[in-house]
Amino acid sequence: MLGVAGSAALLYAYPAVDQHREASIVSVAPNGGNVESFHVNVPMDRILVGAPGQKQPLPAGMEWPADQILQDIRVELFKIRNARDAVVGVAARTAAKDGSTDLIDWVLHLPARGSIFVNMQPGATETGFRIGELTAGSREFALLNGSMTERWVPDTSGEEDAPQGRIELLTTFVGDEDSL
Amino acid sequence: MKYLISLLLGLLVGAAIFAAGMIYNPFLLNRGLSPLSVTESEVISLNFSGVPSDAIVYTNDGDSRLKPFPEKVLQLWEPSIRLTSAMATVMRDARHQTAGIGVKFSSFSERTRLLYGEAIVDSVWYIYLPDQGSLFIEQFENYWAFLREVALPAYRSSANNWKGTWIGNLTVGPGALGTAAVTGGAGSFQGLNMEGLESLTATAYSVNDGPAAAEGRLLIEMPDAVEEFEDGLSSE
Repeated sequence: MLGVAGSAALLYAYPAVDQHREASIVSVAPNGGNVESFHVNVPMDRILVGAPGQKQPLPAGMEWPADQILQDIRVELFKIRNARDAVVGVAARTAAKDGSTDLIDWVLHLPARGSIFVNMQPGATETGFRIGELTAGSREFALLNGSMTERWVPDTSGEEDAPQGRIELLTTFVGDEDSL
Repeated sequence: MKYLISLLLGLLVGAAIFAAGMIYNPFLLNRGLSPLSVTESEVISLNFSGVPSDAIVYTNDGDSRLKPFPEKVLQLWEPSIRLTSAMATVMRDARHQTAGIGVKFSSFSERTRLLYGEAIVDSVWYIYLPDQGSLFIEQFENYWAFLREVALPAYRSSANNWKGTWIGNLTVGPGALGTAAVTGGAGSFQGLNMEGLESLTATAYSVNDGPAAAEGRLLIEMPDAVEEFEDGLSSE
């Protein structure tokens, strides 16, 4: 009986899964909302560049499907980092031509926190940013509204092992008023 | 000394009885019918291979049973993502024609409670269907039944594999009826909130390589046209 009870107690008390957490680095925007910055170091954080007709596919050995329906799609998978340059999640960026309009979608997946789905406006602003609305979120982000910007920042450090540049993602989220 | 040995043996036997109870307890399986199986609304059906090496790319921490594909893909070894896998795959329609691209991120969930038969995975799908639009699917999956009825028998087999037919729903939430939350992003899905369900049909499993023959399926229930019409009337 002690063995049965001990096993049950152990299984109840000891967490089977314990996700590693990096401390969130959040600042408050002057006009309200929480601002959090993520980035992707290119090329070292690239997992997949999925597009037709690549001479050097990434990863090596990847074969993009030959179906005609998938010829106007580009799917990229990345690791994403926080402001301290620590990897905190993975992300997918999809660019496609949907009829006469361009589509750019981001999905950020932060295992210990939740996921973010952002539908970007295809055109960039005068300052070089592209902006999109938080379309949906899960867990920690489920009840939030807000936006995310993306921009390409080339590396100017000149260091030998420096990345070519980075994709900067800046999220600004506020709580849903209905949930308050 | 003999009392200590008796105690240890008793503990071991108790633990073994408990493990057997967990594995064979019929009350730990919930194989109820999904509400999407009996819906009268329009349903989108998308199929994909459940075998990692059939995907465009599949990656994880590199130490798991499922091997990353292609071999040289970047692995998710950092502490924050080592319990996570990422997959990009072709999505096919009910006639097995290519319908679009799907990306799935899955992470072992801290809500996992093996004592209650809950081996939970938090996962999200991003799906892009050309000429139709994009979808975001958030779900909790429970792999307990799969582990119990497919993976465990494979371990017990002298050949270290399992063959048969296992069909099961993986989605258990966050919807109240055990469905996934589906949000339309662009195109004809824009602004739509829907429900979804992921299921798996496995016919072969290997202890060394994981699923050897498996087909996944996503069902997405479109909003009822009548409800939309009524909502439109009430908002006027």
